[in-house]
Amino acid sequence: MATDTTSSDPAVEGSPPSPKEHKPSLWRRLRRSYVLKRVIHSLFTIYLVITGTFFLLRAMPRDPVEEMANSLIANGTHPDQAYSVARARISYDPDAPLIQQYFEYLANALRGDFGTTLTGRTEPVLDRIMEYLPWTLFSVGAGITIAVVFGLFVGMVLAYRRNGLLDQIVSPIAGVMAGIPNYLFLAVLILVGSVWLGFFDYAPMQGRLSPYVEVGFTFEFIGDALYHAMLPIIAYAVTVTGGWMLTMKSTTAEVLGEEYVTVARARGLKEGRIRTQYVGRNAILPVVPQIALALGTIIGGAIVVEQIMQYKGLGLMLFEATWRHDYPVVQAMTIFLTSAVVFANLLVDIINSRLDPRIRLNSKEGA
Amino acid sequence: MSATPTVVDDEPGVFKRFLHGMTRSKSGFVGGLIVLFILAITYLGPLIMGSDNAQDLRNPWQDPSGDHWLGTNKFGQDIFQQTMLGGVQPISVGFLAGFIAVIVAIVLGALAGYLRGWIDTVVLYVTDVVVTIPALVLMIMLISVLDTLNSWQVALIIGLTAWPYLTRSIRAQVMSLKEREFVEAARLQDLGKGRIIFVEILPNMVGFIIISFIIAVNNAIYALVGMYVLGLLPYTENNWGVMVNSGWEDNAFYTTAGLLYIVVPLALIILFTIGLITLQRSLEQIFNPRLRER
Repeated sequence: MATDTTSSDPAVEGSPPSPKEHKPSLWRRLRRSYVLKRVIHSLFTIYLVITGTFFLLRAMPRDPVEEMANSLIANGTHPDQAYSVARARISYDPDAPLIQQYFEYLANALRGDFGTTLTGRTEPVLDRIMEYLPWTLFSVGAGITIAVVFGLFVGMVLAYRRNGLLDQIVSPIAGVMAGIPNYLFLAVLILVGSVWLGFFDYAPMQGRLSPYVEVGFTFEFIGDALYHAMLPIIAYAVTVTGGWMLTMKSTTAEVLGEEYVTVARARGLKEGRIRTQYVGRNAILPVVPQIALALGTIIGGAIVVEQIMQYKGLGLMLFEATWRHDYPVVQAMTIFLTSAVVFANLLVDIINSRLDPRIRLNSKEGA
Repeated sequence: MSATPTVVDDEPGVFKRFLHGMTRSKSGFVGGLIVLFILAITYLGPLIMGSDNAQDLRNPWQDPSGDHWLGTNKFGQDIFQQTMLGGVQPISVGFLAGFIAVIVAIVLGALAGYLRGWIDTVVLYVTDVVVTIPALVLMIMLISVLDTLNSWQVALIIGLTAWPYLTRSIRAQVMSLKEREFVEAARLQDLGKGRIIFVEILPNMVGFIIISFIIAVNNAIYALVGMYVLGLLPYTENNWGVMVNSGWEDNAFYTTAGLLYIVVPLALIILFTIGLITLQRSLEQIFNPRLRER
C-alpha cells in the first residue's frame, strides 16, 4: 500500500487552492498523511481480526488438534503420527508456548498459509477458497452491478419527479425491498414462481452447473452458469436495488436544491448537460463508498442464498466448514472476508479523498 | 438516514402530536396496525389456543379442513395452532436482541462521543473490526463455537453483533449535541458527566433511538430467521423459523398443507418486518420535523 501514498503525489498539483495560511508543502504533507493514516488504520484492523481469530480458535471448547487426531486414530493411524499430522494440518502445535504459536500463526497467515482443510479432499485452505471464490464473485458481482446501474438510474428519475405518481408508487416498494433480506425474497420467488405458478422448475437450477457441462469458454458453459446463478442474481439484485434507488433519490434531490444548479439553469445551459455534468456527477459521488459496504453485507447474506440453492460459492463453503468444525477454513475465510471489506473501504476512502478535498481536511470526523 | 435531533421548544400535547404524525403517512399507519395485529396474535395466541398440540402420526400433511384450518404438519399436528403459537420465540428474541444492541450502542456511543480521548479511540477501533466482519458470519461462528444455546443466548449473540453502526451514529450525534448551549450550561453547573450524558444529552435523541431500536429488531429477526433456515438453531416445536426450515428441508411445499406450513409463517414474518419498516418511516416523520418540510 505504501506505493499508493507516493503515487498520489502528482495529483496534488490538480487540487484546489489551499487555504491562505498554509503553504503547499504543509498541505502536501497533510494530504499524504490522510492516506497514510487510512492505510495504517486498515492494516491494523486486519491485524486485529487475524489476532482475534487466533484467540477464538484457542477459546474453542474443543481442541481442534485433539479432535482431528482422534478421528485419525479412529481411522487406524498410529497415535504419535496422528498428532503430528493433525498439528501440521491445522498448522499449530498446542504444546508450544502460546506466544510462539501466535507468532508462527501470524507469519503463516502473512504468507497465505492457513493450514490444510480438515473435511473433504485434503488441500491447502487457500486453494479451496480460490476454487469457490469465482462463483460467488460472479453471482454477487452480477447482482450488485445490476442493482447499482438500475438503482442509480431510477433513483435519479424519482428525484426529478418527486411526489409524482411514479415516486409515490416506486418509493414505498423500494423501501420494503431494501428492508427484506435476499434469502427471504429468494424463498418467496421459488415458492411463487416455481411451486405455485410453475414458471420454472427450481430443482434443476440448484448447484453451480449441470453435471454434463464442462468448464471452459464455451457458449454452453456460460449459458449453463447463468442459468444456475440466475435465481441468486435476481435475489441479490432486487433486494439491493431498493436501497440504491432511495439513496440516489435523496442525494439527487439534495444536489437539485444547490445554488449552482439554479445558476446553471439561469445561464441557459442545456438541460441534458445540467443533468449529467452538474447533477448526476455530484449526486453519485457520496454514494460510491456504499458499494464497498454492500459487498460485505451481501457476502454475509450469500450464505443463506447459496445454502438454499446449493450453489457452491464462498457462502456455502463457509457454512459447511463451520458446520463440520473445519477450523482452518473458517479462520481463513473470516480473515479473507474482512480483508476484502477493509481494502474495499480503503480504496473508496482514497478515491473519495481525491475527489473531495474536504474529506482530507476533516479526516478526524470521518467515522 | 441520519436523523438529526431537534430540540422542540413548545410541543402542545405530545400524544396528539404523536397521533397526528402516525396518521400523516398512510403506509406508516397501516404498518403500525400490521405490527399491532401480529403482536396481538403472537402474545394472545397461546392464551387462546393452549400450548397442547397433539401429534397424530397417522395423519401427516392433511389438507385444510374444518378440523384443521391450515391442515397438518408431518407429525399430524395442527398447522393453524402451531402458527398461532410460533411467533412468541422469534419475536421475543428479536426484541431482546434489538434491545441489547441499542443499549450497548447507547453506552459505547455516548461515552466515546462525550469523553473522546482513549475511550473514543478504543471504541472506534473495536467498532471498525466488528463492522468489517459480516454479521451473519460472526453469528454463525459464535453459534458453532458455543454449541447448545437457549433463546436468551441466541438473543445475546445477535444483539452483540448488531451494535456497531448504531454506536457510530450515536457517537456522532452526541458529539454535535455536546457543543450546544444547554450542555455547556450543565457543565458549568458541575452536574457530573454521567448526568450530563444520560439526563441532558440522551433525551434529545429519543426519536432516533426508538427508530434505531425498530431497525435493530427488524435486523435481528432477519438474522434469526436466516439461522433457522440454515438449521443452525436448536429445534423447538412451535416456532415460525423452525416451521419454515423443516418444511423446506422436507420439500414439503409440493403438498397443499406443506406449502401452507412454510408460507403462512413466512408471510407473517415478512408482514411483521414490512410493518416495522413502514412504521419506522412514520416515526421518522414525527421525530424529525426537517423531513416534513421536504
